[in-house]
Amino acid sequence: MSDLTDLLIKLIPIFPLLAVISNGLLGSRYSHDVAHRLAWGSVGLSFLCTIGVFTDILRTGAVHEVIAYQWIFGGDLTINLAYLVDPLTCVMLLVVTGVGFLIHVYSVGYMHGEAGFTRFFTYMNLFMVSMLLLVMGNNYVVLFIGWEGVGLCSYLLIGYYYEKVSAAKAATKAFVVNRIGDAGFLLAIFLVFVNFKTLDYTKVFAQASQLSPEMATAIALCLLVGAIGKSAQLPLYTWLPDAMEGPTPVSALIHAATMVTAGVYMIVRNHAIFDLSPTAMGVVGLVGGCTALFAATIGLVQTDIKRVLAYSTVSQLGYMFLGCGIGAYTAAIFHLMTHAFFKALLFLSAGSVIHALSGEQDIRKMGGLSKKIPWTYRLFLIGTIAIAGLPPLAGFWSKDEIMAHAFTHHHYLLYVMAAIGALLTSFYMFRVTYLTFYGSSRMDHHTEAHVHESPMVMIGPLMALSFLSLVGGLVLGFPPEHGWLHKFLEPVAGIASEHAVSAGLVFLLMGAATAIALIGWGLAHFLYSVSPATADGWAAKFSGVYTTLLNKYYVDELYDFMVVEPLKRWGEMLDWFDRTVVDGIVRGVGQMADWGSAGSTWVEKHVIYAGLNVIGYGNHLAAREGRKMQSGMVHHYAAIIVAGLFLLALVVQLVIQM
Amino acid sequence: MVAVFFAYFALVSIVAGVLTVALKNPVHCGLALLALLLHVSGLFVLLNAEFLWAVQVIVYAGAILVLYLFVLMLLNLKTDERYLHPSYLYFLGPAVLGALYVLLLLLQSPYGGAKGDAPVVAVLQDGDTHAVGIKMFSDYILQFEIVGVFLLGAIIGAIVLAKTPKPMDAGKD
Amino acid sequence: MIPLSAYVAVSAVLFITGLLGVLIRRNFIIVLMSVEIMLNAANINLVAFSHYLESMAGQLVALFVIAIAAGEAAVGLAIIIVVFRGKISTNVDEMNLLKW
Repeated sequence: MSDLTDLLIKLIPIFPLLAVISNGLLGSRYSHDVAHRLAWGSVGLSFLCTIGVFTDILRTGAVHEVIAYQWIFGGDLTINLAYLVDPLTCVMLLVVTGVGFLIHVYSVGYMHGEAGFTRFFTYMNLFMVSMLLLVMGNNYVVLFIGWEGVGLCSYLLIGYYYEKVSAAKAATKAFVVNRIGDAGFLLAIFLVFVNFKTLDYTKVFAQASQLSPEMATAIALCLLVGAIGKSAQLPLYTWLPDAMEGPTPVSALIHAATMVTAGVYMIVRNHAIFDLSPTAMGVVGLVGGCTALFAATIGLVQTDIKRVLAYSTVSQLGYMFLGCGIGAYTAAIFHLMTHAFFKALLFLSAGSVIHALSGEQDIRKMGGLSKKIPWTYRLFLIGTIAIAGLPPLAGFWSKDEIMAHAFTHHHYLLYVMAAIGALLTSFYMFRVTYLTFYGSSRMDHHTEAHVHESPMVMIGPLMALSFLSLVGGLVLGFPPEHGWLHKFLEPVAGIASEHAVSAGLVFLLMGAATAIALIGWGLAHFLYSVSPATADGWAAKFSGVYTTLLNKYYVDELYDFMVVEPLKRWGEMLDWFDRTVVDGIVRGVGQMADWGSAGSTWVEKHVIYAGLNVIGYGNHLAAREGRKMQSGMVHHYAAIIVAGLFLLALVVQLVIQM
Repeated sequence: MVAVFFAYFALVSIVAGVLTVALKNPVHCGLALLALLLHVSGLFVLLNAEFLWAVQVIVYAGAILVLYLFVLMLLNLKTDERYLHPSYLYFLGPAVLGALYVLLLLLQSPYGGAKGDAPVVAVLQDGDTHAVGIKMFSDYILQFEIVGVFLLGAIIGAIVLAKTPKPMDAGKD
Repeated sequence: MIPLSAYVAVSAVLFITGLLGVLIRRNFIIVLMSVEIMLNAANINLVAFSHYLESMAGQLVALFVIAIAAGEAAVGLAIIIVVFRGKISTNVDEMNLLKW
């Protein structure tokens, strides 16, 4: 049985890979129907394999380490393309393949009629391969390969509408900011190798306790830098809102459910190292808390429906980091899962709205859609309630667990940050809902005439996701800290240090969380449903704050000024140097060659030819004069005889003298 | 005394020689040549060679020169305006220089050589003719015969060359 | 006593004169006469040396020279006659059949 599991494990990334190769190389030869069937079919097969592996692990609890390919082995260093499948991996695999499958199916409807249909699915499958490698790898190198792969696919997919300048710029921005994080990640890998002489997880984590606290902190902080880049935390979050230029399924899959969660996964995977450094964990928690709060404030006033969801994602990722920072790894993973469900749901529903409104994304131009697209409306509402954290939907359980853990372990600052963040989250999500679906229509007439519900192929996955949002929390995480997920992940993530917590406190905290969510809803209801004028009044009164929030605290402008412009200046300088100095040298050398050849040509013409000509001319001259000797005139001959005679006399005389 | 005679003969010889070469009219040249021949024979007398003096006058001046004059009269040459070569300067220059050089040589070096067996006294005793005759017919008899044959050849050659070609011999010339 | 070098000088001058005549004159008969002058110069030389070196050889050779001069003059003049028959002029620079 174990062999079958190993086989299934090896197959999981193979199916999408085959689809990539087929769609990528041969995609132009067959119809779009075949292409998309290959795409979601392969992901579906991967999901089935995952189920098989999952059931096996559920039964036996065994950890599978499978080597797919022996890659580098020599001396100190052995790096194989190998997979480590333990409960943590299983959870991630289920999320990736499951939610991924649903999003692929949705995309068939959403991307219908697009010119680059096959290209889209090729890139999506490539992303799946990379993400699977990332979560399944048993050493840092395979992780990094997947890490870079998802970054690449993010770039390709954000820039899917490559003719749009804003999309191309956003894609580049995503890649570059990610890169900054990757530098830190690489540093961490080097440090790990230097300290442990190996890059396999099992070996590293077994010896982790041998690290000095300083080294552990260093490695942990470097890993954190990588995670910050990938998961869009402060200060490397600026790429995520711009990444909304990509198609909505991309936003759902990559920037909500899977890629951005890679950072969280990586921290949880390395918890053995993080546990050794309270400093690093404090930093993680602080980063998470600040991000959660910061992003939530920006999300309050945004007008693009996808932007709101993007900032919401950044904020929720902050919660996950917060959970990691306080040691609640299982809680963080739990929130990761529920977030995948409701965020994917929200994004895809938003996509459905945009599809219905023929591309409109500005919520100021929506309104009164609840009657016109009822299914989309209902499903979006479920997602909103889930993210706001109202029980018994999924978001409540996971968010509450993190907040409770923070409170009971005396991280009061983080608790306050999380609580305020939750309030703001509830507020802005309901704001979006009210502005989009309620009230009088603010659409322009042409759009309004064409409003239509999305096809089943799009609604179907939404329904599946909403089901998960409704019951997922209960199934996975109830009762808090002792749910099925906690038991499942216990070998890996470890039980967060248990305080004896009174049941009363638990209920109190749960009540507090619920109250926060309700207050947020109420406020949104008041401002956007009952009395919209008040909202405008507040915007006018606090116009400074309002403008700052609207412009995202001018962070992008700050980065532009501090980093981008100097780099551009530096690049221009180097270009000038290259063009003037280097090319000048090259041209100078060429010029020398030119002169050299001109010189040698001159020499050849004037010296060598002249010499030859002189010889020839001299010969001619001598011959011409010499010819005169044959004048036929006897007395000339006589003269020559006389001359010869005198010469002879001279010679004889000289000889005699000697 | 002897020096005066030598000077006279020498100078006139030279002048006659120059005139022979320089005069325009060929007959005048012939006459100058005659003068030269006679004065050269005078030089011979001063050198105790009377026989040669006689031979010179009889043969050279009397026969050879006459022959020249016969031919000159026969050909009836006109005095040419251009009687020197157009490019005579090219020859004149080097020849003069060469002459100077030779003179220089001559005036410098002492002349010596093996003395023979006919001192002046002995010659003067019997006369030059006797001495020449004795030498010729004893030591130099071969050369004598050869010269005779040569003269015969010359005569025949001259006759053959100069005869009027017969009409049927017009082709071979 | 007249030194030998005087005779030799006279001989040399005459020889040069005759040589010049050979080279310069256009009329062939004058050329032949110049050859006679040269021969005479040689004769003076021979006889002078014969006298001063007290040998008869010089005089004898001079005698032979005279004989040969005669023969040569005869033949030369015969040639002139032959040429004159062919061409009216005896100018040497018109006898240039050997020209290239």
